[in-house]
Amino acid sequence: MDFSLNDDHVALRDAVQRFCDGEYPAHQRGNLETPELAATRWAGMAELGLLGLPFDPELGGSGQSAIELMLVAQELGRSLGGGAWLSSVVLAGQLLAKAGTPAQCSRWLPALASGDLRLALAFGEADSRYDLSRVATAARTVNGVCRIDGRKTLVLDGDTADVFFVVARSAGATREPHGLTIFAIDAKARGVHVRPFATLDGRHAAHVDFDGVEVGADAIVGTAGEALPLLESAVDGAAAALCAEAAGAMEALLDLTAEHLKTRKQFGAPLAKFQVLQHRVADMLIALEQVKSMACAAAMAVDAGDAPQRRRIVSAAKSLVGQLGRQVGLAAIQLHGAMGMTDECRAGHYAKRLLVINQLFGDAAHHLQRLSAQPQC
Amino acid sequence: MKLEFSAADEAFRREVRAFVSANLPADIKRKVELGLRLEHEDYVTWFRKLESRGWITPGWPVEHGGPGWNHVQRYIFDEETLLGGAPRIIASGIQMLGPVLIAFGTEAQKKRYLPNIRHSSTWWAQGFSEPGAGSDLAAVRTTAVKGTDADGEHFIVNGHKVWTSYAQWCSMMFALVRTDPTAKAQEGISFLLIDMKSPGVELRPIRMLEGGTDLNEVYLDNVRVPAENLVGELNKGWSYGKYLLGHERTGIAGIGSCKQQLARARTLAEQQGLGDDPLLRSRLAQFDIELMALEFTALRLLSANQKSRVPAVEASMLKVRGTELRQAIYELLVDIAGPNAVPFSAEAQFLDCVGDLPAPVELGTLAANCLDSRKLSIYGGANEVQRNLIAKAFLAA
Ligand SMILES: Cc1cc2nc3c(=O)[nH]c(=O)nc-3n(C[C@H](O)[C@H](O)[C@H](O)COP(=O)(O)OP(=O)(O)OC[C@H]3O[C@@H](n4cnc5c(N)ncnc54)[C@H](O)[C@@H]3O)c2cc1C
Repeated sequence: MDFSLNDDHVALRDAVQRFCDGEYPAHQRGNLETPELAATRWAGMAELGLLGLPFDPELGGSGQSAIELMLVAQELGRSLGGGAWLSSVVLAGQLLAKAGTPAQCSRWLPALASGDLRLALAFGEADSRYDLSRVATAARTVNGVCRIDGRKTLVLDGDTADVFFVVARSAGATREPHGLTIFAIDAKARGVHVRPFATLDGRHAAHVDFDGVEVGADAIVGTAGEALPLLESAVDGAAAALCAEAAGAMEALLDLTAEHLKTRKQFGAPLAKFQVLQHRVADMLIALEQVKSMACAAAMAVDAGDAPQRRRIVSAAKSLVGQLGRQVGLAAIQLHGAMGMTDECRAGHYAKRLLVINQLFGDAAHHLQRLSAQPQC
Repeated sequence: MKLEFSAADEAFRREVRAFVSANLPADIKRKVELGLRLEHEDYVTWFRKLESRGWITPGWPVEHGGPGWNHVQRYIFDEETLLGGAPRIIASGIQMLGPVLIAFGTEAQKKRYLPNIRHSSTWWAQGFSEPGAGSDLAAVRTTAVKGTDADGEHFIVNGHKVWTSYAQWCSMMFALVRTDPTAKAQEGISFLLIDMKSPGVELRPIRMLEGGTDLNEVYLDNVRVPAENLVGELNKGWSYGKYLLGHERTGIAGIGSCKQQLARARTLAEQQGLGDDPLLRSRLAQFDIELMALEFTALRLLSANQKSRVPAVEASMLKVRGTELRQAIYELLVDIAGPNAVPFSAEAQFLDCVGDLPAPVELGTLAANCLDSRKLSIYGGANEVQRNLIAKAFLAA
């Protein structure tokens, strides 16, 4: 086992940190992004190489692993930044890189890496909760033409995506593991309706309806009818990155809280002098260290590529991080007093992101159940 | 000892329940049940129904319009109104100022202000907190200097109050002000009634995490307050403030709200197809246990204290436990919403906007409700400070 960072890791981390410090001024962190601001930041991330990080060099990327993604996610978490990075690069981009045909990869990945194109994975549905196999969206193929009908919910950054990877059922009954196929569908294709909305943590998502959208067999990403394992590994990869984001967010939040406790005076003393608050902070720090460790473990498990082990560790990480992140977020509000409940104070924005992190890609209870259903390694 | 309520108490419960179902307007009930925002009119409408039945001021003595209930009846009333989907009683006039005026006000003040509080025609803002005075309320710096001119005796008030709930709906404010800057912190404070329409009063709304703006900053710039608006004695305001906060805390366990939210959790869990989820069922059962313990504790402490008007430490205990339990139930509600807790629009918190929302309306407000519930452990004396009080009282004995 080795949890240490090499020089390249440190250089990457520092570069992302500098970028975030510039792009996400402290008093704006967590605010809803305007389209202009989002575009500038996206271009900046492209320039820094973050949008191609996990892809092969011949596709415009730098071929990095989940460890590097973790380091980046942690810095983005610290600044509540990153926009569509997680949804477009980590989730949809990696799915494509793993399963796409050479033609598909070279069509979309270089454009993604250069910041000219965004992808989004549309997998959730109104009834699916966190169950990836619960797909009602239907794909019927007649004479080589696939017709997609269905409604996808909570497509992260679905409002700005150029291409959707849509999980549809081409065979079998809802919840069956087989029969799922992923289709690449242009956001401008006929029959695609995007309904954008803001999320609790000041980000963007959309519900997307596919009404009789027609695509050819060349739109299939991966193996027809066998998309579930691919989908699962992509979602696990994103869940691992979210754990790292939570670690970064918690770290920044603790710094903010420490600053507050040292400067806010009540009863003639800084709040930091009250032992009960010191103990609260100690517990928050212990939580942070555990979250960091689990984020590292999750990233390594994603890289290792052994599916049962990946499931076990990602579930353990996501479940723990979901709980601890939310706890720390809410505790930080408490330590800020009424100030912490205001929109102006950043503590609440971190708390919101941490709350949302638990609700994405399976919450603590879901991953607890998935873990308990796993064979022991 | 007896586990059941008496037959008379049960009859009273049925009476309250029948009243709520006959008198609570359907749209208000719907807002409460969905966790949507209530408007000023909603509160006033409901409070006036209660007033017409003589039930709006359960804590007041009979001679001032109180119903003469004992603690158990008050408890049943709180529970039944909340379970029936009624708005909670928030007017700080009813729960805070009223008891202070009754105990310490002049006859003229009682005559002038109490009826308007009961009729909800005057809403009172609580002007205690300041930027530098939160948990340490004795640090208030807003000054009131006494003077006399052609128009008579008055105070000139200068300062800055903050976190003033619902000040936008209030025409009057009761405030703690410093009248003797040379005295020790708690000894130079007075309790003053300020007309919010006086020249020099300026309100600024504060935007909260979940999009609400019910809190305000209040700037007081050379505000002229007639001397007759002083409550009790000059420089004795601290003791009135403490008396008031004791009253603020008694209802704050919110057992009725806990029950209401737990019932909401069960309904939503069924609707979300989680009725058989073993993990969720055991979490719900755990909440049942904790709520039961809180409820029996409240009833036991209340019956042991039938004679004490402000059971201070007991109230603190119920406050800490009740607020934290309610917050935990709100977190559970967010978990029940699952991915549906993620979409957010501030509009989703209004009844007339529930048409085209990104999440089902009954789930769309849960995250906002959960964030809003964080205030419960901050206001009314932050829970850390309550714990200090509880421990101090015990360890000093
Ligand atoms: C929604 C809401 C509505 C409110 N409405 C009103 C209103 O209408 N009128 C009004 O006057 N005020 C109102 N308040 C203010 C409220 O009374 C204060 O927020 C409260 O007293 C805490 O003060 P503070 O926010 O300054 O926090 P601080 O006093 O700064 O406390 C910050 C943190 O430190 C802790 N702490 C402080 N002192 C100690 C100690 N000695 N030992 C251990 N821990 C300590 C606190 O528990 C808290 O966790 C409202 C607040 C909220 C959130």
